[in-house]
Amino acid sequence: MGLRIAPGLLTTLATGRTVIVVSGTNGKTTTTAMTAVGWGGPVVSNATGANMPPGHAAALVASNSPRVVLEVDEAWLAAVVDATRPRVCVLLNLSRDQLDRANEVRHLAERWRTMLGDVANADLVVVANANDPLVVYAAEVSRHVRWCDVPVTWLADAVSCPKCTSALEHGEGLWRCRCGFARPRAMATTLDEELVVGDHRIELTLALPGQFNRANAAMALCALAIVGVDLDAAASRIGEITSVAGRFAERQWGGHCLQLLLAKNPAGFAAMLETVTADERDVWVAINARVADGRDPSWLYDVPFEMLRGHRVYCFGDRRLDVATRLDYAKVEYVIVDDDAAVPTSANLVPVLANYTAFSDWLACSS
Amino acid sequence: MLIVKIAVLFPELLGTYGDGGNGLVIAERSRRRGYDVDVTSVALGDDLPDADLYLLGGGEDGPQRLASDLLRRTSFARRVGDGAHVLAVCAGLQILGTTFSVEGDDEYEGLNVVDVVTRRGEHRSVGELCVRVEDETLVGFENHGGVTRLGDGVTALGTVLRGRGNDGALDGFTTSNVWATYAHGPVLALNPWFADRVIAGVLGVELEPLATAADRLYDERRLTLRV
Repeated sequence: MGLRIAPGLLTTLATGRTVIVVSGTNGKTTTTAMTAVGWGGPVVSNATGANMPPGHAAALVASNSPRVVLEVDEAWLAAVVDATRPRVCVLLNLSRDQLDRANEVRHLAERWRTMLGDVANADLVVVANANDPLVVYAAEVSRHVRWCDVPVTWLADAVSCPKCTSALEHGEGLWRCRCGFARPRAMATTLDEELVVGDHRIELTLALPGQFNRANAAMALCALAIVGVDLDAAASRIGEITSVAGRFAERQWGGHCLQLLLAKNPAGFAAMLETVTADERDVWVAINARVADGRDPSWLYDVPFEMLRGHRVYCFGDRRLDVATRLDYAKVEYVIVDDDAAVPTSANLVPVLANYTAFSDWLACSS
Repeated sequence: MLIVKIAVLFPELLGTYGDGGNGLVIAERSRRRGYDVDVTSVALGDDLPDADLYLLGGGEDGPQRLASDLLRRTSFARRVGDGAHVLAVCAGLQILGTTFSVEGDDEYEGLNVVDVVTRRGEHRSVGELCVRVEDETLVGFENHGGVTRLGDGVTALGTVLRGRGNDGALDGFTTSNVWATYAHGPVLALNPWFADRVIAGVLGVELEPLATAADRLYDERRLTLRV
């Protein structure tokens, strides 16, 4: 966490500016970047991913632009909303992540709900994922919510009702509980090449891969609609983004051509695995369990690595033996890489799925 | 041909830390030795199936209470009394006992399978957990807020070498057909000897060693953790 900042400093720095905050387990950095790029013009943002108050203060000090987009760590959201009085709060999704920090996911949903129920700025608009029951549980108490119907790939943390713990019934893109808690009606929906916001259809074609990025883009655009941005122009700007803080970037390293994919928890990993295509024979997986990653790699058993059958997976990182063991039990071909130089080069772009510090290592050593 | 019937109980309530890995490991290590395996995942609302081995994982406080309440209404305790095997980790360990406290100091009724009581400790125990189990060493990771006291005559799974376990000295408990540990998540993936001990116990056979990627992982963890 580093430095402690004076109470009131963030409030002082944010006063008089239009602030959008973005939080959720996965897609924060990408959605923050999409919101900033889609807004256009000079926008202040904590683009480095420093998503706790010192990072927010540093970003706000660095520029006096009236447009602010802040990525916020899930556990810090209440404090940051209280301090910065945002116009819009984007809630992407909630799932298990770094559980050794004891931020159990239902507790986070509960804290968000308490925060949104007591929020001081009455005109705050929440842009929330209607397909994620934990997000709906948190956001339903807000006075102004824009529900978004966007693709979700991970619902293992929302099998039982956040309200009464009965089993949720899922089907046809809807979910409901016998206690009455159910998926709300969405005002925005993603379609194949379009996003529908109210009665406005916007062409949405992304350079970035994956259904999860369409979800991120849709939620960024819903947030921008609230601050009065022209959505067609914003969607076109967002569509041109090819990488965000190294994510999805094509990099060169030791004669290999790599695409770096950040995947730091089961939901994120499941989403990234969906982008790996059958013709990509070789896949690299790099896993560490340092403090920033969470010290416990048990979550590897929640990742559907079975999807990689038919590929040859090279295991990198401090915890490559944990990965190899997981793949062995999943009946996926694996190679433990003890010597980086011994990995044969592939003619194709090789996807590298890496968790937080492993991703940073690969970004730093490649060009 | 022996068929190993495994039932993973309420993974949506008790499966926070990759605990599903234990079912996978038992199934794979049995299959590779030529045994047939039938793995059933028991969802909320399902009847409790007949099984040779029931698996209980870890979970958050509310789901843990619900799992205990649901299982108390089934024949689970009677089946275990009749000899069905159980592997329980973390919250699963706690609900096998007579009572447990999770949030605050309210006591909740457990399944009363073993005479064990869990109270809320002053601090959460989060970190590597290593346990001496007879002549073997178990490595794993714990993350829980409980302090567990064993009743008279209840045997601990082992003594703590690193981490906290039940109370800083002992970890888990074991009977002729129950294994329970605070080492959560895929503890059987990290400890191939423990997986084989469970399989051998369930099948009532001696097992030949089986080479898997887990062997090197286990050696590496012990070296890193100096146990």
